[in-house]
Amino acid sequence: MKIHDTPMIDQLEEGEWPSFVKGIKRLRDRHLDKRINEMTNDLLGQLEHSYETRKGYWKGGTVSVYGYGGGIIPRFSEVGDLYPKSKEFHTLRVQPPAGNYYTTEILLKLADSWEKYGSGLVTFHGQTGNIMFIGATTENTQRFFNEINEYGFDLGGAGPCMRTAQSCVGSGRCEQSCANEHKIHRLLINDFIDEMHRPALPYKFKFKVSGCPNDCVNAIERSDFAVIGTWRDDMKVDQLEVKNYVAKKGRKYLNDHVVSRCPTHALSLNENDTLEVDNKNCVRCMHCLNVMPKALSPGDDKGVTILIGGKRTLKIGDLFGSVVVPFMKLETEEDYRKLQELAEETVDFFAENALEHERVGEMIERIGLVNFLEGIGLEIDPNMVVHPRENSYVRTDHWDEEAKKWQERKTKMEKTVIDAA
Amino acid sequence: MAEAPRMPDEMGVRDIQEFLHPVMKKNYGNWKYHDRPRPGVLHHVAHSGDEIWTVRAATSRQMDIHQIRELMDIADDFAEGYVRFTIRSNMEFMVSEESKVQPLIDALTAHGNPIGGTGNSVSTVSHTQGWLHCDIPGTDASGAVKALMDEIIDEFTHEEMPNRVRLTSSCCQINCGGQGDIAINIQHTKPPKIDHSQVGNVCERPTVVARCPVAAIRPAMVNGKPSLEVDEKKCICCGACFPPCPPMQINDPEHSNFAVWVGGKHSNARSKPTFHKLVASGIPNNPPRWPEVSKIVKQILAAYKADAKDYERMGEWAERIGWPSFFEKTGLPFTKYHIDNWRGGRANLNASAHIRF
Repeated sequence: MKIHDTPMIDQLEEGEWPSFVKGIKRLRDRHLDKRINEMTNDLLGQLEHSYETRKGYWKGGTVSVYGYGGGIIPRFSEVGDLYPKSKEFHTLRVQPPAGNYYTTEILLKLADSWEKYGSGLVTFHGQTGNIMFIGATTENTQRFFNEINEYGFDLGGAGPCMRTAQSCVGSGRCEQSCANEHKIHRLLINDFIDEMHRPALPYKFKFKVSGCPNDCVNAIERSDFAVIGTWRDDMKVDQLEVKNYVAKKGRKYLNDHVVSRCPTHALSLNENDTLEVDNKNCVRCMHCLNVMPKALSPGDDKGVTILIGGKRTLKIGDLFGSVVVPFMKLETEEDYRKLQELAEETVDFFAENALEHERVGEMIERIGLVNFLEGIGLEIDPNMVVHPRENSYVRTDHWDEEAKKWQERKTKMEKTVIDAA
Repeated sequence: MAEAPRMPDEMGVRDIQEFLHPVMKKNYGNWKYHDRPRPGVLHHVAHSGDEIWTVRAATSRQMDIHQIRELMDIADDFAEGYVRFTIRSNMEFMVSEESKVQPLIDALTAHGNPIGGTGNSVSTVSHTQGWLHCDIPGTDASGAVKALMDEIIDEFTHEEMPNRVRLTSSCCQINCGGQGDIAINIQHTKPPKIDHSQVGNVCERPTVVARCPVAAIRPAMVNGKPSLEVDEKKCICCGACFPPCPPMQINDPEHSNFAVWVGGKHSNARSKPTFHKLVASGIPNNPPRWPEVSKIVKQILAAYKADAKDYERMGEWAERIGWPSFFEKTGLPFTKYHIDNWRGGRANLNASAHIRF
């Protein structure tokens, strides 16, 4: 095997930060399988060629496994004549366990399988959340999938379809968790397996689940359907721990960095170094809980807020998800079923009404939030807006009817509260 | 003989019970608080009194199976066989005894995986794949990230920033790397060069026309063949036409350069989530180590570190001191390209007399 000269990418072996080039070279130089040595040698050759010419040389195509229409990112080299051993270098997108939890045993097993069929190179993880097994020939794509599917791994989404979901570390290790992130993750995604494996949606659709408004999986900005844990009763305050915090850090520090940073001015430090919370005005931003995790905790009446429509730049510019459900209780199986139904309504409406290559957020921008809400059967709520409309060009033909509906809903809600009490 | 087709078991995403550390499984949903005994280490305490320590280590994101096996050996010998990944490709090792923390740190450090990325540090860059694998990369985010992190590794291993700093990098303006306190993205600056001999053969032309966000593409006959043409004045050089039609060559080794964006934030803490804003462009796409990119990122980090208040994220800091001060303190030029003329751009104008003198 003739080793390609790689003077440019060799410079990425220097320095203290872990080097992916070193990793690929280990596969080229140290691995016992000649197939892997040759494949990674040509990969490095093509990468060096890209560095020299500042151009990428991969193009897509059509590759899948029996029964599926997606889940593989086909990559054929445009300079395959020069680098024949890596000319087919497809990626398998594999769904990791929710929350990206692994045992050493399962990662070693995946490494063993990948060694048999792939390049030996794996990305943990792609930006959507998949394990990316980078570099398999068309025929080995099927073999690798067959093997890992036998012991419990399924492909994720690629193309205009349901995509792999993501959830945070959550209940497994975090005191701020207000939901069972991993149950929600599995419940939602496993309900859309058909839409994931057989791309037939107008464009991609992503779920992400964060256990609290810190939103560690970036759900509001990076998913079409964001589920964010929250609570609606009072936050818990351990006043003794507040006093300990004051004793340790001082009143000024607490006032400057906790009280005055509250976005709705809902905090006040009392004369006796206890903390007063205006819970009605707390927006669950998480700042004070983050700074004083020993003293402050979420309340007991937990649930989720749902925001729809987040996405990155293509094609009308970045969009945030926006609130469609301010609070949903997730306690009983019936509650979970309601969440599932909402997701089903949303995806159905999206499938029927979005234009080709249009994300759900873009569709809502085009048709308006009210039409979307009516389409999926959700009631409007003032929590859905930053403020009411400013533009006076509006037809209010059915104002009286709508005002009546609001009054009726209000009365019904008040009655529910009284009954519960 | 050909292999018999095996039909897939469409199991979807699997249950995590078997992958949870026993202490995490036992205390699932019942954690009380956490603290950080040192950078790179989290200490969580459950209501039951159980404790767990997490050591967070950087990885190269694209990992070879040798590295995976070596890290699993460390996880078996020095930790307790359970790991997880953060969404920024950091690997977390969990142990149930404090005495195991230091030997684990030593083993990971000796293996070349820096410990850090917790609290008020610069965590690992969330980035895209680049020339290694993408079909539309303007650069190699993986390489630019490696070169940058070599230079700011101390900010990963220490918690000395005003608040957490989340960096991202993307190989095109679609920005798969996502929003960041600082985002480092390639910027195409010229409309696509069209290979007219190919368009008619490989592209579904109406799809390409529909894909353009500014309606700058229309069908045309060129040299007697069906092709497409681009209104170059309208074109915003986004590259959206390239994936459905590779003859719309957007990657331009000469004119594409890097842009730096500041102030993206995902968390709801204090202020609402925000998108990042353009602060610098025209930075050369200069492999293999992109020194000009690292220089500007370090300049911005230094100004933020020196001036922001505790718990202020980069965007919150810029909002408080005002963008004129941001440009003053970072030494970056303010140009007409910083003023948004995209849809809704008026919302970003200063419609007040609020001016800092």
